[in-house]
Amino acid sequence: MTVIRLALQSLKNRWLTALLTVLAIAVSVVLLLGVEKVRTGAKASFANTISGTDLIVGARSGGIQLLLYSVFRIGNATNNMTWRSYQQIANRPEVAWAVPLSLGDSHRGFRVLGTSQAYFDHYKYRQTQSLRFAAGKRFDDLFDAVVGADVAAELGYSVGDEIIVAHGIGAIITAKHDDKPFKVSGVLAKTGTPVDRTVHVSLEAIEAIHIDWQDGRPIAGGQISQDDVRKMTLRPRAITAAMIGLKSKISTFKLQRYIAEYRREPLSAILPGATLYELWALIGTAETALLIVSVMVVITAILGMITMILATLNERRREMAILRSVGAGPGTVVGLLLSEAALLTLAGVVLGILATYGLLFTLRPVIDSLYGLYLDISPPAAMEWLALAAIVVGGVVAGLLPAFRAYRQSLADGMSVQS
Amino acid sequence: MVDAETTRNSTEAPDIISMTGVSFAWPGERSFRLTIDDFALKQGTRTLLLGPSGSGKSTLLSLLCGITQPDRGTIELLGTDLTTLSSAARDRFRANHIGIIFQMFNLLPYGSALDNVLLPLSFAAGRRDRVRKAGAEDQEAKRLLAALGIEGELLSGGTAQLSVGQQQRVAAARALIGAPEIIVADEPTSALDTAREDAFLNLLFDQIDAASSTLIMVSHDESLAPRFDQALNLTDLIAKEVPAA
Repeated sequence: MTVIRLALQSLKNRWLTALLTVLAIAVSVVLLLGVEKVRTGAKASFANTISGTDLIVGARSGGIQLLLYSVFRIGNATNNMTWRSYQQIANRPEVAWAVPLSLGDSHRGFRVLGTSQAYFDHYKYRQTQSLRFAAGKRFDDLFDAVVGADVAAELGYSVGDEIIVAHGIGAIITAKHDDKPFKVSGVLAKTGTPVDRTVHVSLEAIEAIHIDWQDGRPIAGGQISQDDVRKMTLRPRAITAAMIGLKSKISTFKLQRYIAEYRREPLSAILPGATLYELWALIGTAETALLIVSVMVVITAILGMITMILATLNERRREMAILRSVGAGPGTVVGLLLSEAALLTLAGVVLGILATYGLLFTLRPVIDSLYGLYLDISPPAAMEWLALAAIVVGGVVAGLLPAFRAYRQSLADGMSVQS
Repeated sequence: MVDAETTRNSTEAPDIISMTGVSFAWPGERSFRLTIDDFALKQGTRTLLLGPSGSGKSTLLSLLCGITQPDRGTIELLGTDLTTLSSAARDRFRANHIGIIFQMFNLLPYGSALDNVLLPLSFAAGRRDRVRKAGAEDQEAKRLLAALGIEGELLSGGTAQLSVGQQQRVAAARALIGAPEIIVADEPTSALDTAREDAFLNLLFDQIDAASSTLIMVSHDESLAPRFDQALNLTDLIAKEVPAA
């Protein structure tokens, strides 16, 4: 008790350096916990990019590739699947719903997705969240388009604006479907998923803008006007992929096998959740790097504290000699310095925890709307408590160095009081 | 003013301190070894140890207070041989039976004068019990400080605001609280001018008499000798040996 009171008084006497040391430790704790929160948040957001969909079907390819182009709109499908195959799968008895996805066109850097109305019913993210409209409504007319939140924000679109879809993606845009402009019918609310960066049109619209095209370019002199197109029956010949929902999850693997063994064309089906984790494991090395950096920062903070204690040790030789003279044993001297190290780290950790949650509460809405990263505010997990305890233990263990030094000094100094 | 030849009967009082055949060298120190064949002090006496700096005063006091252990020999205080005690027991013994006043820088810079005076009581159960028998701990501390001329706002203010003389008086109060049997003072007045030195010693002696403690004080100032029961020259006492290389 006396030892702790003395340590407190001594610290109070050096409050500025003590405060800075505590702050350094607190900042390192904020970084460590923050990285952990962002990491788990990113992982959860990533894993929750698409939920409620049991299988994604596409032309036979690697699972990750299928996931990348169908959900993340990254890269291209090597092959399409035919409309007939799609319908055959969609009509299977175990299938509850199916949503076709047709990719390949873009609008000023954003992917254009041809799909059905069912997309807005069945696309789910963050477990149960459905797509919501910030303004307007679903595509209704053939040349209606629904834009994601980022598309609307970056290009300044609102309901009623006209947009022109280009053929091809990114830098290799070959031609524009400028004879058939679309009208924005709705703007989706922010989801934090690739939906935000997508322009949604009906599957028929995709057919319509390509009806007078052949081999990726317009047929010379064969333009069909927007009005004429409306009169035609627009049946897609092929789609890129399809989202499948099942009546019962039990039939997931049965249907997956059926698709894998599908005779007409080579197809494959993936479980989005499993493939998302597979993909995360692939890009997850970055999280390890982040974690290593924050551990380094914690170590730096503890080293800073030890440096501070060691630096004050010399001027505190007198203090130690006085304590020894009134009967304090070397144990008290060691205890004094150890409890000081413990107190500083503990204060730093507690302050760090408070600051982390304070920041989480204030910044969560901002981070969610800016980056679509939803940070879960929950008490520290077991691993985090363990890490925090390790920091305190590390601080005390590191405190052994100045404590041992002071012990040696107090023995060597004997009765002589160094000024 | 207390007369040195008081009623104390130094011949019949028992030895409170006795060192025999003591030999000590600081670890790693080859050129200096302190040896004391025989040194004894009677209870209740005031002894002045005279010697220039570097004569081994601090080493002698370290041994006497049980902070360092001799390589051989015995150091008996109040009938207890310090050399047979564990380091923790020596610390406890020192806390309970010895009050120490240093040359200067006696006080913990944090904490008030009162805190500093109360400090030994945290480590010395015996002295604490003695104080509690008389009343509250801080009452006794305030009484002692008042007797030494430290009162009012000086008690609770920071020790840095105190003059050197005031600091030494606070240190004296700290050494005296709980009436330890032995008071060890290492040149306590060397930072004071003659007038203050006199005043300090008067106050110190009064309180030592009141507590009936034994005083052993180190100084290089021979003019202080008449105020003590005996003055010993350290160079006579300590046999300095330079071991053959």
